Amino acid sequence: MTLLQIAFFFLSALALASAILVITRRNAVHSVIWLIVTLFSVGGIFLLLHAEFLFAVQVILYVGGIMVLFLFVVMLVNLDVAVKQAQFSRQWQLALATAIILMAELAYGIYRGHQGFTLAQTSAVPPTIGNTQAVALALYQDYMLPVEIASVLLLVAMVGAVVMAKRKLE
Amino acid sequence: MATHSDLPLLLLMTLAKVVVVLGVLLTAIAYIVWMERKVVAHIQSRWGPYLVGPHGLLQPLADALKFLFKEDIVPDEVDRPIFWLAPLLAFTLAFLSISVIPFGESITIAGHTIPLQITDLNVGLLFVLAVTSLGVYGVALAGWSSNSKFPLFGGLRSSAQLISYELSLGLAVVSVVLIAGSLSLREIVEQQRGLWNICKQPLGFLLYFTAAVAETNRTPFDLPEAEAELVGGYHTEYSSFKFAMFFMAEYANMVTVSCLATSLFFGGWLGPVFGPPLVRSLLPVLWFALKVLAFLFVYIWIRGTLPRFRYDQLMGFGWRVMLPVALLNVLGTSLIVAWRSV
Amino acid sequence: MLEAYLPVLVHFLVVLALGLIILGLSAWVGVKRPSPEKLAPYECGMPPVGDARERFSISFYLVGMLFILFDVEVAFLFPWAVVYKSLKWPGFLEMFLYIAILLAGYLYIWKKGALDWSR
Repeated sequence: MTLLQIAFFFLSALALASAILVITRRNAVHSVIWLIVTLFSVGGIFLLLHAEFLFAVQVILYVGGIMVLFLFVVMLVNLDVAVKQAQFSRQWQLALATAIILMAELAYGIYRGHQGFTLAQTSAVPPTIGNTQAVALALYQDYMLPVEIASVLLLVAMVGAVVMAKRKLE
Repeated sequence: MATHSDLPLLLLMTLAKVVVVLGVLLTAIAYIVWMERKVVAHIQSRWGPYLVGPHGLLQPLADALKFLFKEDIVPDEVDRPIFWLAPLLAFTLAFLSISVIPFGESITIAGHTIPLQITDLNVGLLFVLAVTSLGVYGVALAGWSSNSKFPLFGGLRSSAQLISYELSLGLAVVSVVLIAGSLSLREIVEQQRGLWNICKQPLGFLLYFTAAVAETNRTPFDLPEAEAELVGGYHTEYSSFKFAMFFMAEYANMVTVSCLATSLFFGGWLGPVFGPPLVRSLLPVLWFALKVLAFLFVYIWIRGTLPRFRYDQLMGFGWRVMLPVALLNVLGTSLIVAWRSV
Repeated sequence: MLEAYLPVLVHFLVVLALGLIILGLSAWVGVKRPSPEKLAPYECGMPPVGDARERFSISFYLVGMLFILFDVEVAFLFPWAVVYKSLKWPGFLEMFLYIAILLAGYLYIWKKGALDWSR
């Protein structure tokens, strides 16, 4: 096994283990911390695929942005009440069974048709231009329109956030 | 680039560099605290620390020992794992960004050319911003885990402050990237050989430095620690070295911010070099250190001069002045760059 | 390229170890004389009243949400700035439009008073 493979398996195991901890912790803040660990491990996998820019953005946006908002919300949860509440909904057995069946189907599908899937490969030759440059040229030369649409989406989200909050402010 | 056979060499060299850099940084932090107490004291016509050693020069050592032997109080109501995690997180993150800062060109020892930088990342600048964006967790988690009112208020307030000023910080940095066309700090410094970026980006520098002062929770933006209203802010319940870790993190962040300001706007290690080869490779480090020291002095000077903002003024300033000005600065810079490259 | 990240990992591990050693040493060396009053949450000397984790002003959530939106915008700006010199005028127009759309949203939230903290 090469160092890269060891790093990959370590990060994948970390991502899965922390993801399980996210849904099993009773304390919401602990869940948030484990979710941060999950996001970090995924970022590390991006890095192993030479996607430096994605790694940095994963940390800046998901860990440094979205999770902060999550933390703001769950920080103020009253823990005594949270402990008394049922952790999972009543249909959890049914949900578990469905999830297992779905996973089996997927595993079977992948096993039977694995020729049809191409897994992401680390390129053997190092890329000639940096990851950031490659992403940038793709975004701003080939996908101009989607980028502009993204800004409209952000605008909509901004208006939505203010409309929701204003009802409470006034 | 390194192949697998020089991996042990690379690791060894890195370890040596890390130990040197951390040693210098920790010593520097101890003496910045001393410098701060001295400078602020003289601004206020006092003497400052004077008893431990000549001119109080051994004061940092005495402080460290005192922190170590103080009672490490962990209140009953706290969330223990996170109460321990928060200072560790603040400390680790504060000392992490220094790894991509270039201190000088390179030094040749026994035939090996060693760059004076722990590592040069292609996305070095984004790395620093990513680490900065995580800084909010130390503060927020310290406030939450204490399970006490003042720390929680302090933690929430400073989290909101940190994320607000992070936007202006990022935008101010974008305008430098527009000029340099690279995210590698080494390349950004190299490109300032003719003219330092401060001449091309005076407004960008002002925005950067203001946002950086707010990001490091320093006066006039030290709302998290507003003693008069919040007791001690997010670290009210911390004592002993756990408190000292937040303290050290604040000063380490000041050093990082000053290093970044030097690299982005003031030509990093660039300066006149002369003399034999060894002096030639070490002089840049001196220029770098002097520039960083000048920034640290400005930090302390500001603290001795300006009063603290009110919270609504602070947030208003961040969102209604800094953010639009930084956005317009990016647009203006891009207009000029496009004009000149046609 | 990945070799460049190895030193960061080494640096991180050294700093983490240093932090753990300092924390452990301080917890081990310091005196321990706990008392119920000392271990109570600090509230200026009064016995603590009620739970600390209460409901907060909606402004904190609003600022969190707006931060994420603008942060996404800044994240888009970085790659653009890196290749800007090869994009030239089309790149400028593209980003001008992008920022203009967001400035419209910015003006909206300003007019709605979402940036006013004195209330």
